[in-house]
Parts: sequence; C-alpha cells; structure tokens
Amino acid sequence: MFSHHEPSLPRTQAARTELPARAGLGLKTGHFLDVLGSVPDLGFFEVHAENYMVAGGPFHHFLGLIREQYPLSLHGVGLSIGGEGALDSQHLKRLAELIERYQPQAFSEHLAWSSHGPVFLNDLLPLAYDTPTLNRVCAHIDQVQNTLKRPMLLENPATYLGFEHSTIDEAEFIAEVIRRSGCGLLLDVNNVYVSCINHQRDPLAYLDALPLHAVGEIHLAGFAEDCDNLGDRLLIDDHGAPVDQAVWDLYRRVLQRTGPIATLIERDNQVPAFDVLLAEAQQAETLLRRAERAA
Amino acid sequence: MSTQADFAAALLNAQLPYPKGLCSRNGADPSRRFAVYRNNVQSSLINALADSYPVVLQLVGEEFFRAMAAIFVHSQPPHSPLMSRYGEHFADFIAEFEPIAGVPYVADVARLEHLRTVAYHAADAQPIRPEQVSAALADPQSLSELCFELHPSLHLLDSAYAVVAIWAAHQQEPSLAGIGLNQGQHALVLRNGLDVEVFALEPGASVFLRHLLQGSPLLAAAENSPPFDLAQTLALLIAHNAITQLNYKELP
Repeated sequence: MFSHHEPSLPRTQAARTELPARAGLGLKTGHFLDVLGSVPDLGFFEVHAENYMVAGGPFHHFLGLIREQYPLSLHGVGLSIGGEGALDSQHLKRLAELIERYQPQAFSEHLAWSSHGPVFLNDLLPLAYDTPTLNRVCAHIDQVQNTLKRPMLLENPATYLGFEHSTIDEAEFIAEVIRRSGCGLLLDVNNVYVSCINHQRDPLAYLDALPLHAVGEIHLAGFAEDCDNLGDRLLIDDHGAPVDQAVWDLYRRVLQRTGPIATLIERDNQVPAFDVLLAEAQQAETLLRRAERAA
Repeated sequence: MSTQADFAAALLNAQLPYPKGLCSRNGADPSRRFAVYRNNVQSSLINALADSYPVVLQLVGEEFFRAMAAIFVHSQPPHSPLMSRYGEHFADFIAEFEPIAGVPYVADVARLEHLRTVAYHAADAQPIRPEQVSAALADPQSLSELCFELHPSLHLLDSAYAVVAIWAAHQQEPSLAGIGLNQGQHALVLRNGLDVEVFALEPGASVFLRHLLQGSPLLAAAENSPPFDLAQTLALLIAHNAITQLNYKELP
C-alpha cells in the first residue's frame, strides 16, 4: 500500500526519554486493583496529570503503589500551550509539584489550545499555523521547560479543520517548534493517520516531514468514523476503540525509521476489561521486539 | 475578537455561526467539521457532570439530565482544567431550574453527590487510635478543654428532604417506595480509608459536629446543641476513623 524509502536514524538521537522502549498502558481508575493484583509485565503506565491534581484519597494512594513498581509517563491535557493568552502559572506550579512527587520518566503535552480567558473547554483545539503562533508556542514551551527544569514532549494533534490564514505546513511547524525549543516529540500515530485522512495528506510524506529523531514516546489509539458533507471520511480521535489496522501498519513503518520507542496504548472511552488492553499492549510489544531485532 | 475568542464562543453557543476563516482541504463545508469540536466540548462536559452526579441522573432520567446539563455547561463552563472540580455550582443551578421545581429534593441530592466527590479527593489524615480517644474522654481534669480535629473529608448537609435515604435507595435497584421524601435529613459525608461513606444524623448531632468543625471544645459543642445521643455520635466518629487529632484548648 505504501511505497517509500525509509532511512533509519542514528539510535543515539532517539534517546529522548527515560521511558523504556516497551509497551505501556494508560492507567484507568477502574483498573487500579487489576494492576496491583496481577502486576503485569508492562513497560510503563501513563496518567493524565490533571486527574491527580487533588489533595489526597484513592487516586494518590493507588498511583503511589503503582509508581513503586512501574516507570511513569505524565501526560498533561490542560496546559493550553497553543493558547493566545499567557500560560496558567498556577497550573504550571501544580504540574511541578506532581512531577516532584512522582518523578515521572516523561512529561508530555499537546500542540493545541484548551483554555480561553477564564474558560476551560476540555478539548484539544486546533491552531492556525503561522509565525505569531509559532513564536507563542515556542515561548510557552520554553516557560514550561524552564519551570519544570526538564525537557517536555510535544504531541502532534488530530484535527478536523484548517485555518485560511495558516502559512506553514503542520509537520514543518512541529519540526520548527522542536528545533527552536529543544523539546521532544510525542508521536501519536493515530493522530497522524486521523489528520492525514481528514486533510487528505499522505501519512508517509507527513512522517517524512516530522523530526523523527526527536521522538521520545509513541501513542496508539482508536478513532471513530464519520463523514463530512461531501461524503469524505472524517475520522474522530475519540480514544474509544481498539487501534485500527491502518494505524498498526503505520506504526510498523514508524518503528522501521525510529527503532523501538516507548509506546502507549491509549483508551479513554468505552474502556474495556484490563485484559483486553493488556492484549493490545502485547501486540505493540511484539512489534517493538521485532524492531529491536531488526536494528 | 481574536480567532480563539470567536472559536471558543461558538463552541459553547450552538446559536452562534461557526467562526470565520476556517477551511478544509477538500473544500467541504467547515461547519460540519467545526461541529465535531462543538460536540466534543459539549458532550465531554455533560459526561463529566453525568459521572459526578449519577443519582441525579437516575432521578430525572438521562434525556432530561443531558438537556439540563447542556444549559448549565453553556451558562457556567469550567474555569479550571481540573475537571474533578467542575460542577461545584450544579446543585445551585438545579435549585433554580424551573422545569424541575416540582421535584425539589433533586438539588439536595446533587449537593450530597458533590460532597461525596469532595470527600473522595480530600487530603489524607491519620485517625487517632480509639484507645487514645477513650483515655482522653476518661480524664475528668481536662475533659472540658478537649477539642477534636476531624478528618478533612468530613462534611455535613442539612436538608429539608430525605436526602440520605433517596441517595441510598439508588445505590442498587433504584426505588423511592417507602421513603418519606419530605422528612428532612442531616447528612454526614466522610472518607474512611479509601471509601466515602454517608450517614443520616440526628439533628442535634449535626449541630454538634458543626460546632466541633468550628473548633469548639467537645463539652461546649454538646451543651450548645439540641438533645442528641453523644455516646452514639462519638462511637460513630471513632468507628469510622473521623477523629484525626486531640487538642486541649485553654479556657478563658
């Protein structure tokens, strides 16, 4: 289906993370006891930072116990790095406290905005790719990295529309942010696929334009299928289904270029039994080990 | 207005046209694509409320709940990325929500569910061992100065309705049969270990706990409350690990 030449990268450049190059799972509160009861052989767990910005109680109790046994990736969903306004310094302070408490192996956030003025919109909203946005995003990432005293990973977005005044291609925009700010890339392969279908781009050409040497973590997830008014496929990044075969295929192509890299199976809606997610993580683990042997 | 200001306003208000300057590569109508974001924002916020207020949802039915929540989301969107805090004012909104005026206990059930969420995430604190509490109670010298510090998760709710019974009736097979809905109840919410617990108190016990929370010494708190069973109330606090510190207040 794809025919592209695939340069492999120097392995040292891929070491953008302290997460092991293994499969991990998003930690769901409904699975706390499954994890502690069975202590499955997994590379790491990932949590949404905002869920743990609470004073005490079961969330901290269980995350503390699980952190003793697994590496942790802390994934923010509320910083609004692409927002037109200033970053919320209170929120940054809460992130710093969480990082101090749990010492995660990675911290990541999104190339998106989610707050405007005082209002938090609870979604990852699209950016116009132009020079003012580029300058603003880079300044915000500098502020994050300076405050947290560590490099962060920036996740490529899934988007449903574009802006007429965008002047830069999305992959080039991401490459420039990473070049200027020194942050790493959280490569969400599902987002690559979803955005490329929605904007009729070739996923492999999109990957070619991304700085794959900077990938510190990979996300895999499922999407929902819709269509626009012309009847063209419109994919929704809903994290509510198993990883699609097209995304697994693309993931294999990514691993050929990057070598094995910590890979998360993300599921936030219609969360199935823990064993079902474990089996999906095992599928990623098999591909990671294959990539390791090929390296 | 800025691009994001227009975008944000149109996300929350479906009456507004989609913002200018949007496009799609295939030339499709951007409004259909913008609707994906509008739907994501609205449904994620409504779902967050549905997760936090499961008994309210059962009481009013899913369709009514989602319609009511949509109006709340539009008028009071979150002001923090911490979604565990969202819906703090939902009960007040329900109390003023005209279509539900005939079911006046729903707002207090919402208040109880909110206190359960607050208790679930409240700070941790180690309880005092029961024998320490007994020893303090047995010392007549210092008893009048004895103060209790209560667990940070402990909250009280005085309702004109049978709020605890209504809530409890929806934990398994929901039914309001046999509940005197207008028999007011005084709820106590606390977290014991990892579990949030809900109790109905005598009115005097509720007043007594409010005095303790304000720092009143034990005996003064009891004396300044309507009659209630002090021994039973203390036994409840001890058994559910609600006393976290013993202090002695110098009396004037």
